[in-house]
Amino acid sequence: MTTTEQNVPQASALHYSREDFVSGQDVRWCPGCGDYAILSVMQKTLADHTPTKRENHVFVSGIGCSSRFPYYMNTYGFHTIHGRAPAIATGLKCARPELTVWVITGDGDGLSIGGNHLIHALRRNIDINIILVNNQIYGLTKGQYSPTSEKGKITKSSPFGSIDYPINPLCVAIAAESTFIARTVDMDPRHMGQTLARAMKHKGVSFVEIYQNCVIFNKDAFHTVVGRETREDRALYLEDGKPLIFGKEKNKGIIFEGAQAKIIDLNTASEEEKKRLVVHKENDPSPNYSYLLTQMNYPEMPVPFGVFRCIEKPTYDEMLNHQVKFAVDKKGEGKLKELIYTEDIWAVSGGQDKKAG
Amino acid sequence: MAKIISEQELESVTIRFAGDSGDGMQLTGDQFTDTSAIMGNDIATLPDFPAEIRAPQGTLPGVSSFQIQFSHNEVFTAGDNPDVLVVMNPAALKVNLNDLLKGGLLVVNTDSFNEDNLKKAGWKSNPLLDATLKDYSVIRVPFSSLTKNALEGNTKIKVSEIDRCKNFLALGLMFWMYGRNIEHTIQWVQEKFSKKPEMAEANILALKAGYNYGDITETIPSRYIIKKADIEPGTYRKITGNEATAIGIVAAAYLSGKDVLYGSYPITPASGILHELSKHKNYHVKTFQAEDEIAACGAALGASFGGQIGVTATSGPGVCLKSEMINLAVMAELPLVILDIQRGGPSTGLPTKTEQSDLLQVMFGRNGDSPVAVVAASSPSNCFDYIIEAVRLATKYMTPVFFMSDGYLANGSEPWKLPDIEKLPKIKIDHPKTSEGPFLPFTRDPQTLARPWAVPGTPGLEHRIGGIEKADRTGNVSYDPENHHKMTELRLEKIKRIANDIPPAEVLGEKNGKVLVLGWGGTYGSIHAAVAEIQKEGKKVSACHLHYLNPFPKNLGEILKSFETILIPELNMGNLLFLIRAEFEGIHTLGYNRVTGQPFKIREIKQQIEALL
Repeated sequence: MTTTEQNVPQASALHYSREDFVSGQDVRWCPGCGDYAILSVMQKTLADHTPTKRENHVFVSGIGCSSRFPYYMNTYGFHTIHGRAPAIATGLKCARPELTVWVITGDGDGLSIGGNHLIHALRRNIDINIILVNNQIYGLTKGQYSPTSEKGKITKSSPFGSIDYPINPLCVAIAAESTFIARTVDMDPRHMGQTLARAMKHKGVSFVEIYQNCVIFNKDAFHTVVGRETREDRALYLEDGKPLIFGKEKNKGIIFEGAQAKIIDLNTASEEEKKRLVVHKENDPSPNYSYLLTQMNYPEMPVPFGVFRCIEKPTYDEMLNHQVKFAVDKKGEGKLKELIYTEDIWAVSGGQDKKAG
Repeated sequence: MAKIISEQELESVTIRFAGDSGDGMQLTGDQFTDTSAIMGNDIATLPDFPAEIRAPQGTLPGVSSFQIQFSHNEVFTAGDNPDVLVVMNPAALKVNLNDLLKGGLLVVNTDSFNEDNLKKAGWKSNPLLDATLKDYSVIRVPFSSLTKNALEGNTKIKVSEIDRCKNFLALGLMFWMYGRNIEHTIQWVQEKFSKKPEMAEANILALKAGYNYGDITETIPSRYIIKKADIEPGTYRKITGNEATAIGIVAAAYLSGKDVLYGSYPITPASGILHELSKHKNYHVKTFQAEDEIAACGAALGASFGGQIGVTATSGPGVCLKSEMINLAVMAELPLVILDIQRGGPSTGLPTKTEQSDLLQVMFGRNGDSPVAVVAASSPSNCFDYIIEAVRLATKYMTPVFFMSDGYLANGSEPWKLPDIEKLPKIKIDHPKTSEGPFLPFTRDPQTLARPWAVPGTPGLEHRIGGIEKADRTGNVSYDPENHHKMTELRLEKIKRIANDIPPAEVLGEKNGKVLVLGWGGTYGSIHAAVAEIQKEGKKVSACHLHYLNPFPKNLGEILKSFETILIPELNMGNLLFLIRAEFEGIHTLGYNRVTGQPFKIREIKQQIEALL
């Protein structure tokens, strides 16, 4: 598959509308919550791009505001327990590889209580789509700092400022060698839709971080980066095969000096420097490049959005089922009698006995 | 044969092989067991090994042993105390000598009794030279030098490896003493070491040398004959509890026409089941070695949501971790089978030793009113039956079911009368395919109260479940007070109704009287043997052994009321005792509780019963 083909989410031939994916349950997030946009875009993305019928989609979630997601999707859904959704989704996918399995998690659910399950689902490359809704706060428990909250954050549980260093979700995904890693934002439905469609299409584990605005406990946490007025100068939209250029005037570019990203002004840069502009490559086999991208943070650098990494390697569920098929091909369909009546058996018959095997 | 050796007939013999962890005692015991079983004796075994893989050589913590009782009669346990003790080093002697019956036969590897080994084992003087062994009949055999003599120059293995064959020499000698055929072991060695023919050759040479040594030496007073046991006709094989459990899981897949997803995280003494199942991928069983106990249980539950049979196995510490997930299965009303192969606790406890102290944990160790069904095996071979039963109940009642085994059942072995596969009842599972009107995932079967098991991929039945309380019938999120009360009652009633679907408890002996011995799980052998012996002496005592712990069989109350005293021996501080006292009023119960990491001795139970008669 060429990169260009990968980039274009295909239209679904199944003629669903967004309403087909809307369940009858009342949505109970706070007014203005970013989750509404995510839900709506997810429903629309499935309607427009699903390669499989509605009944083959399963949404599995943990605990937290975003984990209420499955109730609102008119698909199969399982609202499970805190942090464990990747484990349950893994079992489901192993058992039923033909299903399209989604995990909806948050920064607390996925990176704190469920951190272990997350990294193991990622490193196994199980073919599920993990959507991590990051609002840098615990919302459902009414506003404590989360593992992605910035150091010094003042919350109910950190009145003198949090002394935890934050974790970077995409670094975790890269360290676990996830095969699809992306970042998008609730305020940009078009970009979010494209990103979710790409994630759904990817064979292997997909990890998407969505910056989400918690209007009650962490309002505008990402506003300085993604606010409409300044977004173009502070966000960098990644496009495969294209140089890393950003800015209202498209006049700023990224080069690497050693392992350090650096901004150059394209209006003043020499031809030599322009040649060094980094060209985005999603399928770089080494994770090092995408790791450098995750280190780009405001205010020193623009924050990248889009697909950081997209590579292919055999998936866990595929290999598991391949082993089953191989065993059947090699030994034949297992016969219970052969398993029970092995060569070590002996027969006892009315006082006489002889080895039967 | 030049010399005349006397032959003595015995009803039953208990031998214990003991040595350093690296001496191959488990293998030696296994081989002796296999051959005895095939030769028609009834057998029961008790492997006992340290949690450390290789504790420092020659030390007391490094001692590993394997006990087997083989008999002309039916046997229920591996024997209280060995009649024969084979020790490979001073540490093994130190740890095991007290158990050997006075006047018993002690076979000692004299080569290992050097100053260094004696010191490591804490012997102040050499017990082979002082009066320590005066009460025993001692056979001194230089196993190491005999092995060296037999192998040196005749084998291609390295000189340094020769001494590792000494357990086969010991095995050969014991085969000779008890008139066992060596052919089965020779065949086994050839298969086991088919890729290392030089190792196979060396071990067979050592085995034969041991056997021949018996013929030549003049130090052994007698050979012994243990005739075949009068065993119920049928086809048999030797089986451990973990093997029977694994085969039972495969059988449950076959009987239900379903695939099994077996999620597990390595833990003693449950790992053997994972090892066994992972070999059988062509039998509709997928094994998943998870990142932790929680994920193992979660994956099983995910598979179950997907319409397959989710099974997870662990031991007590793992049950702690899985309990939140089990509660989700209770709330979501999905089938889930959890195997608890119990070991000594609390915490890490005694990983390789047996105990039955998780019963209250599996009954109550979850938040909220959270009823689950609990079944327990009582012998290595019936692990097969009760794991199938656990799958049947889980899928029929849409509930988690605990299958209880323990370290003793897991690793102990006995002859298994093989079932007629065609006669095993099928496990019938229905998934709804359509719905008139909107699908209601929390409607119930009027008999069992089970909800429908609709699986992803079924068009029109899309629905959401979860750990939040759900409205009756619709399954929608509900915080309604009366609804929560009703749903709690329904979940409880569903488990209670399982009592209509299980066999009544049976009484061994008279149906009423002074003393009933009530047991559950792996203590069956000791209790049964103790009661049978006392009955044989003409005294009145009855026994009842439970395989269903939640719910109890419907007739249990009637049984208990018919006896003056209910003696409940358990390898815990009173788990079943607590449940019985809570459930049945007006009966007199008495616990007999031991937690030594070892199964009950028949003698101990007999003493308790006799004190009450």
